[in-house]
Amino acid sequence: MTDATMDRGSADSGPMRAADGTPLKRSLARSLRMQKIRALALVLPLLIFVLVTFLAPIFDMLFRSVENRIVEDTLPATVVALQDWNPDQDELPPEDVFRAVYFDLFLAAEAKKHTRLGTRLNYEMPGISSLFRGSGRAMDDVAKDQVEAIEDTDKKAWRDGAFWYSILGGDAGQAEIEEARSRFIALQGESARGPVGQSWCAVRGVLGAPCAVAPNRTDLKFGLSPEAMALLPRTSRQYAEFGVFAVLEDGDVLQEEDPWEAVYVAMALDLTDPAIAPRIASYTGPGAEQLQAAAAAVATLPAINFKDAMAAVDEEWLDPEVWRTIKVNSGRYTSGYFLNAADLKLGSDGVEVRPENERIYIMLFKRTLIMSLIITGTCIVLGYPVAWLLANLPSRRANLMMILVLLPFWTSLLVRTSAWKVMLQQHGVVNDTLVWLGIVGETGRLALINNQTGTIIAMTHILLPFMILPLYSVMQTIPPSYLRAAKSLGANDWTAFWRVYFPQSVPGIGAGSILVFILAIGYYITPELVGGTTGTFISNRIAYHISNSLNWGLAAALGTILLVAVLVLYWAYDRIVGIDNVKLGG
Amino acid sequence: MLDTRIDDAFVEFEHVQKSYDGETLVVKDLNLSLPRGEFLTMLGPSGSGKTTCLMMLAGFETATFGDIRLGGVSINNIPPHKRGIGMVFQNYALFPHMTVAENLAFPLEVRKMGKSERDQKVKRALDMVQMGKFGGRRPAQLSGGQQQRIALARALVFEAELVLMDEPLGALDKQLREHMQFEIKRIADNLGITVVYVTHDQTEALTMSDRVAVFNDGRIQQLAPPDKLYEEPENSFVAQFIGENNTLEGVVKEISGDRCVVQLDGGEVIDAKPVNVTKPGERTKVSIRPERVEFKAERLSSEAHLLDAEVLEFIYMGDVFRTRLKVAGNEDFIMKCRNAPDQERLTPGEKIRIGWLAEDCRALDA
Repeated sequence: MTDATMDRGSADSGPMRAADGTPLKRSLARSLRMQKIRALALVLPLLIFVLVTFLAPIFDMLFRSVENRIVEDTLPATVVALQDWNPDQDELPPEDVFRAVYFDLFLAAEAKKHTRLGTRLNYEMPGISSLFRGSGRAMDDVAKDQVEAIEDTDKKAWRDGAFWYSILGGDAGQAEIEEARSRFIALQGESARGPVGQSWCAVRGVLGAPCAVAPNRTDLKFGLSPEAMALLPRTSRQYAEFGVFAVLEDGDVLQEEDPWEAVYVAMALDLTDPAIAPRIASYTGPGAEQLQAAAAAVATLPAINFKDAMAAVDEEWLDPEVWRTIKVNSGRYTSGYFLNAADLKLGSDGVEVRPENERIYIMLFKRTLIMSLIITGTCIVLGYPVAWLLANLPSRRANLMMILVLLPFWTSLLVRTSAWKVMLQQHGVVNDTLVWLGIVGETGRLALINNQTGTIIAMTHILLPFMILPLYSVMQTIPPSYLRAAKSLGANDWTAFWRVYFPQSVPGIGAGSILVFILAIGYYITPELVGGTTGTFISNRIAYHISNSLNWGLAAALGTILLVAVLVLYWAYDRIVGIDNVKLGG
Repeated sequence: MLDTRIDDAFVEFEHVQKSYDGETLVVKDLNLSLPRGEFLTMLGPSGSGKTTCLMMLAGFETATFGDIRLGGVSINNIPPHKRGIGMVFQNYALFPHMTVAENLAFPLEVRKMGKSERDQKVKRALDMVQMGKFGGRRPAQLSGGQQQRIALARALVFEAELVLMDEPLGALDKQLREHMQFEIKRIADNLGITVVYVTHDQTEALTMSDRVAVFNDGRIQQLAPPDKLYEEPENSFVAQFIGENNTLEGVVKEISGDRCVVQLDGGEVIDAKPVNVTKPGERTKVSIRPERVEFKAERLSSEAHLLDAEVLEFIYMGDVFRTRLKVAGNEDFIMKCRNAPDQERLTPGEKIRIGWLAEDCRALDA
């Protein structure tokens, strides 16, 4: 072999080179590129479909298991104010926290989002949701005296939106307004529309189905007056929030709207502020007369005490546990759902076990795991002989049997499960037969349904084909000559089977077991229908949280744990048996 | 049928019949006896019943009728694992989940043999097939020829006196196959075992066997040593099946002792040896081996009948020249000549006269 190209390729110590001198690797990659692109193009539609409709929602769902923006979105000022409060001491937070919670809750109640927060916090502190629901309704009445006092000074002026705008409105304060707008958007749980959404909406506009105007792109058509912002800062901020709400939520024009109570309360706070009072007296701008009158009227009243006001709304606001719950859960991300899914909770001094009567999930996980193992085991025991027969019968009869095996697939899952209800109930076919045969007495009828036995029987039946099919396809590849060889070597039927045939069918058992186990561990319909209370799985609980209790975070956490458990088991299986030993066919 | 009984028979088939569907017989009245130490080959086209016979002997098929005896004892009702017969399968059937050594130890293990004795025997068996270093490998890591050796060693390791081989070399390439033929023969002779070997490859049968049983249509057509089988086929099937053969059809004109005159369908007359013909007027197929055909005047007997032939094709095959002739209307008449220095190379279109010794030309059944 003294061929020149051979010399060039192998004699050099450097990389192998193609005939034109380019490195062989690059040359190979180039020649394969077209093939790769074509292969990718074939896969692409499915890939996009799976990404968009399957993976993205799953990741979104999983994200919900730690996502916790609701507290910060609903009570932003309160969360900030609570930062300096030490939850370990058995004291109430200071007055400014109560003031913050008033303004936060007022806006939340107007947006009707306060109950949502109550529901969220109720997962952590049962009973807290009624506090939020009740308090939301009562926010209008807080500091009622001050509101009425201001209004009484000049009813006509104060009930006129244009008058308010003449004092507080202007063409400045864009920063404040935008802040109020983003707060509103967060509170509503909407997301700002970015450039992609914007172009999508442009397409829809051309197609004649335009999108609704995005809240972050609506022209609010108002501004704030710089003088008023300097003079009445709290009032201006509340006015901005009111303005955003009025325009975006109600579709009104701010200049025509008489603001809500929170703006009056903020004004009362401003007017009684010792730093502001002297400047009011010397104020000469629009509505100076009315402002001075209002200041005089408010000054006669006692200063607003928000702690007392909130206590008047609901005594529970004086319970430090409520504030502790808000503070502990105020982060953007929470481990609360996962702790809950493991029967734990976050107390003020770290993680603690939930009280006995609230523990359920560990038990459910264990039950799901054990019952899935039992179902896998029964599937192996029942499926192995059938698969053996299928693989060893002449093909005509094997095909007929295969149809029988596949028959369940052609029947609705619900029908099959319901059939088991008929079969297994107290006066069902099985019990009647046993009584008729005299195996059990009339009084001793077996409880075969609405318990674990029912779930195991029905799920074994439903999952059996998933065991038989991989077993069959592996057994089909084992030539009968192996058994013959074993026998000719002196092994009796059992030894030949156990030492020679069985080890070669193990990959089929592995594949079938993984299939059945993973399907079983996440099964929902059958346990729901025949499991009663003792035979239900974790998935039934997940479904309950998705559709009944609407605790999606907890459902997502449970689902994540289930997913991780399956992955861990898969990994363990790979380590012990080796995933190369799993065969779904030849 | 042929009487094949031997007094000190080790393996005996007596009037054995086999039917799978109850309608047709796959094996029709098989009678066969083997003495100890014989290498017998069952040769025949596929579907001739040879493998069925082997499977009945191994115990994987039951005889529908008749008796199979091993060492004088009827084994009809003995299950395969108690027959103590070694077997080499067509695709070796080495257990893929065991190493080579474990494969070999398997028959010893099921016989409850102690570990040290087991290891010793495995080692000896591996050495015997020159695979001593491969004990730790898996069958999938071996080449076809190596797997073949292991399969052989496994069939021999438990010291079976009778070893059955079902087309064991079918999956090997030609060179390896020829090498293994000698290897198997050598080992079998050294160990003095009795071998029943099934093949459809006649070269294999001729080179390895003490005797060959030619199967067709569920019957043994001829049971004879290789040379006899080749040179003295007893019927036209055997003559056709074994080796290359020229057939001419005609009618017997006269018979006298071991000579007869046959008039071919084209009118030509030739001398032949009567084998399956008894009286004049019978139709017959005359069989002549290509290498026994002569065309040089000095090698032809003067009183023999000669035939006109036309050369159609001349093929150079290295050791021999293969010439296709048109003889008495038969355009597939083959003549083979050794490639000797003085050998004449014929050219297509040439007209020659051919002939042969009368005893090489056998008049068989039509």
